[in-house]
Amino acid sequence: MHGGGNTSPSFSSFSSSSSSAADRRLNALVRHLEGSSLNGSRSIAASPTSGSHGAPNSVFDHLVRAPEDPILGVTVAYNKDPSPVKLNLGVGAYRTEEGKPLVLNVVRRAEQMLVNDSSRVKEYLPIVGLSDFNKLSAKLILGADSPAIQENRVSTVQCLSGTGSLRVGAEFLARHYHQHTIYIPQPTWGNHPKVFGLAGLSVKTYRYYDPATRGLNFQGLLEDLGSAPSGAIVLLHACAHNPTGVDPTIHQWEQIRQLIRSKALLPFFDSAYQGFASGNLDADAESVRMFAKDGGECLVAQSYAKNMGLYGERVGALSIVCRSADVASRVESQLKLVIRPMYSNPPIHGASIVATILKDRSMYQEWTIELKAMAERIISMRQQLFDALRSRGTPGDWSHIIKQIGMFTFTGLNSKQVAFMTKEYHIYMTSDGRISMAGLSSRTVPHLADAIHAAVTRVA
Amino acid sequence: MAQLLRSGCSGRVLCSGAVGAARSMSTAWWRHVEPAAKDPILGVTEAFLADPSPNKVNVGVGAYRDDNGKPVVLECVREAERRIAGNLNMEYLPMGGSVNMVEETLKLAYGENSDLLKDKRIAAVQALSGTGACRLFADFQKRFSPDSQIYIPVPTWANHHNIWRDAHVPQRTFHYYHPQSRGLDFASMMDDIKNAPNGSFFLLHACAHNPTGVDPSEEQWREISHQFKVKGHFAFFDMAYQGFASGDPERDAKSIRIFLEDGHLIGCAQSYAKNMGLYGQRVGCLSVVCEDEKQAVAVKSQLQQLARPMYSNPPVHGALIVSTILGDPDLKKLWLKEVKGMADRIIGMRTALRENLEKLGSPLSWEHVTKQIGMFCYSGMTPEQVDRLTKEYHIYMTRNGRISMAGVTTGNVGYLANAIHEVTKSG
Repeated sequence: MHGGGNTSPSFSSFSSSSSSAADRRLNALVRHLEGSSLNGSRSIAASPTSGSHGAPNSVFDHLVRAPEDPILGVTVAYNKDPSPVKLNLGVGAYRTEEGKPLVLNVVRRAEQMLVNDSSRVKEYLPIVGLSDFNKLSAKLILGADSPAIQENRVSTVQCLSGTGSLRVGAEFLARHYHQHTIYIPQPTWGNHPKVFGLAGLSVKTYRYYDPATRGLNFQGLLEDLGSAPSGAIVLLHACAHNPTGVDPTIHQWEQIRQLIRSKALLPFFDSAYQGFASGNLDADAESVRMFAKDGGECLVAQSYAKNMGLYGERVGALSIVCRSADVASRVESQLKLVIRPMYSNPPIHGASIVATILKDRSMYQEWTIELKAMAERIISMRQQLFDALRSRGTPGDWSHIIKQIGMFTFTGLNSKQVAFMTKEYHIYMTSDGRISMAGLSSRTVPHLADAIHAAVTRVA
Repeated sequence: MAQLLRSGCSGRVLCSGAVGAARSMSTAWWRHVEPAAKDPILGVTEAFLADPSPNKVNVGVGAYRDDNGKPVVLECVREAERRIAGNLNMEYLPMGGSVNMVEETLKLAYGENSDLLKDKRIAAVQALSGTGACRLFADFQKRFSPDSQIYIPVPTWANHHNIWRDAHVPQRTFHYYHPQSRGLDFASMMDDIKNAPNGSFFLLHACAHNPTGVDPSEEQWREISHQFKVKGHFAFFDMAYQGFASGDPERDAKSIRIFLEDGHLIGCAQSYAKNMGLYGQRVGCLSVVCEDEKQAVAVKSQLQQLARPMYSNPPVHGALIVSTILGDPDLKKLWLKEVKGMADRIIGMRTALRENLEKLGSPLSWEHVTKQIGMFCYSGMTPEQVDRLTKEYHIYMTRNGRISMAGVTTGNVGYLANAIHEVTKSG
C-alpha cells in the first residue's frame, strides 16, 4: 500500500461509533478524493480482500506466518500431547529427578535478600549493566588471577543471557572488525547462524562432529580452520558443545589454539555451561583461559541461564579481551553504542541475584555445591541410559552417551526415527536426534530406552 | 622474547616489554577504534554524580523523583515483588513474552473493551521497555517494508534516531516544535504530513512528547488522523508516559483511540519504565494492529523471529510484576492512585517553577512551563545558557534545554528558578 500507492485504502470503517464526527470526516474525505488526483481507484466501499470489519489494507498484508522455532516448537508440541507417559527432551532446561524445574536454594536466598532490602531501587542500570556483576563475571570465566583482568585489558558488558551477549559482540564485530566472516562448527545451536546473520556477519562452517564415531572430527576441524582467511572470526563452544556434547580434549584445545593464533583468527567463545559440564567451574573454563592467557585477544559470551537456573531472567555477559587497557576502554564505549539503540540498558533483577551470590563467599560455595549436584545428576542419567540400552541389547555402539558431556546427547538417531519415537512413545526431542539429558529421570529412563530400542530396530 | 616470557611478568618493565613484543607480532584488532561520544542524556547523570557540590541538582534523565529528590519504588510494585519472591521457577518465557502481561498491557493502550482485542486482531509481544519495542518494530519494518522510511518529529528523544539507523531504515523528519511559541508547529506539521509520499511511516509520541512536553490538542489529533487516512500513512505510536502525563491513563491514550476510531492499523510501543517505576526491569510491549486474527498470528510470529536472534526471550521478573499488579483489582487501583500522585506532583512543580520565575521578574514568558505536559519541560534555553547553569550553579540537564520536572522538588525549585533567571535575564 505504501510503495506504489496504487491501492485505495478502504474507508468503510467510518461507519463505526461516533457517527456524526465520522460522517463529517467521511464527507470531507469524499470531497477531498473527488477533487484530488490521489490515485486511480475511487472506491470507498470495503475492498473484497479486506478484513471482516472492512479494515483498511495492512501494509503487512504480504506476511506469511513464520515457522515455529525448531527447538522451542518441541515444547509447544509436547504441551499439546495428552499422553500420561509423554517425555520432553527438547529444550535445554534442567529438570529435577521429579521432572520439575529447579530454582537453586542459593538463588532463592539471594532473591529474598534483594526483596527485603528496602533501600533497593529499580533505576536504570548503566548501559553496560551492573558494575559488580561485570567484574565478577569476568573473574568467573577468566579466573580470579587472570593477568588480562589485572591489567585492565578486559571490557565486560552485561547482556541478555548468552543470546544477547553473542548478538552484541557480533554487531560490534560487524562495525569495527576488518573481517566479517564467522566460522561456526557443524552442527551448532540453531540460533547461532541467525544471531550472526542479523548482526551483519556472513556465516561459514567448519567440520566438527563426526557421525561415524559420534565424536570430534579433529582432522576436519584443523583443515577447515587452517584454510580460513587470516583474521576470520571463529565461534568456539567453551565446553559441553550444543547439540553434540562432544568437546575437544585439553591437548586438542592446545592445538586448536596454536592454529588459531598462527592464522590470526579471532576466537569468539560461547560459554553457556560453565560448571554444568564437569561440575567444576575452573575445569569448564579451561579452554577460554588458555586463549586469554596467551596474550592474544578474544571474545567470550557468558550465560547464567543454566548454571544458575536463571533462564527467564536473561542474565549474561560479553567480555572482550584486548591487548591494552586503553583499547579495552575504547571498546567499551563502542559497545555502548550497539546496546543503546537495542534496549538502552540491561535488566537489573537477574544480574543483581548473580552479583549477590558471586560476591559472598558462603553463597558462592553453596552455589558450587548445587551446581555440582545438577551436573552429577546428568552424568548419572547418561550412565543409566547407556546401561539400559546395553541390557536391552539395542544394536549399535552407545558409548557416546557416556563420552559426550553436558546437557545434551547427540544420539545419532535420524529424523524418521525421531518422528517414530514421538508418535509411538510420546518422546519429544529435536529432529536432529538431540536429547536433553536434563529432562530424564531414573523413572523415565526405561521408557526412553524402550523407545530408542524400537526406533533402531524398526525404523531405518 | 621467549626469554622474557619464561622469566615471567615479574616486573612492570618486563611485562610491558613482553606485551609490546607480542603487539608487534600480530595486529592489535581494535587499535583503530575511536572512543565513542558519550550518550547525551545518560552522560548528564554521570557528570552529576561526579560533582561534589552540595547544591547540585539533577534535572537530566527522565526518572521520577519524590519531593525529597529520591527515587521511588511504588507500593504496588513492592507488594507484587513480595508475592512473587519464592516463585516456582524462572523458566524461559515464550519468545513473545508473558501472555498475561501482554494482554493486560494491550487493554491499557487499546481500551478494556476494545473490539480489536476481542477479535484478536492485535499482534503483540513483550519487549525490552520502550527502546526494545521501537527497535523490534524498526527491524520488522525493515524486513517487511524494505523500501519504507520513517518520519521522525523534530525534536525527538535522541535514541529514536539511533534505533531506526541501526535497523537500517532511512529517516526523514517532520516539523513539530515551534521554538518561538514553545508550542506545536501545527501548520508545518500538517504540510509535512500532506507532502510525504502516500503510505509513509510516521513516528508519533502518543502523549507527553519527549523532550518538548508539547502535545497536539484533541481536535488537532483528529485532523492529523484524518490526514493520515487521506494519505494512507502508517502511524507508529511511542507511548512511554501513559498515566504520567495527565494522571489518567485513559485520557493519555486519547490520541491512539482517535486513530483507532478512524480505523487506522497502528503500531504501538509501550513502556512501564516510568508509569510503574520499573526502569531497570526493562518491561514493555510492541503491538501491531492487523486486518484479522490470521494476519495477527502471522505478524506476531515474525516479530518473534526478530526477537529470537537478539535475546531469545524477554526477562520474566518485570513482566511478572506487571501482570501481578494489573491482574489484581486492588493492586491495580493502588497503581492508578500512585501514578496520579506522581503526575500531580509534577504538575505542581510546573506551577511552582513558573510562579517562581514570574515572581523574580523574568522578562521572558514562562507560560510554556505549565502548558507543556509530562515529565519534561522544553525551557527554550540555549546550550550556552545550559552550560552556565551547570558550571555556575551545578544544575545538570541536557544541552537542548530540556528540564526533567521529575527532578524538581519544593526544596530546589527556588534555587532552580533563580539560576534560570540569572542565565536568561539578559535575553
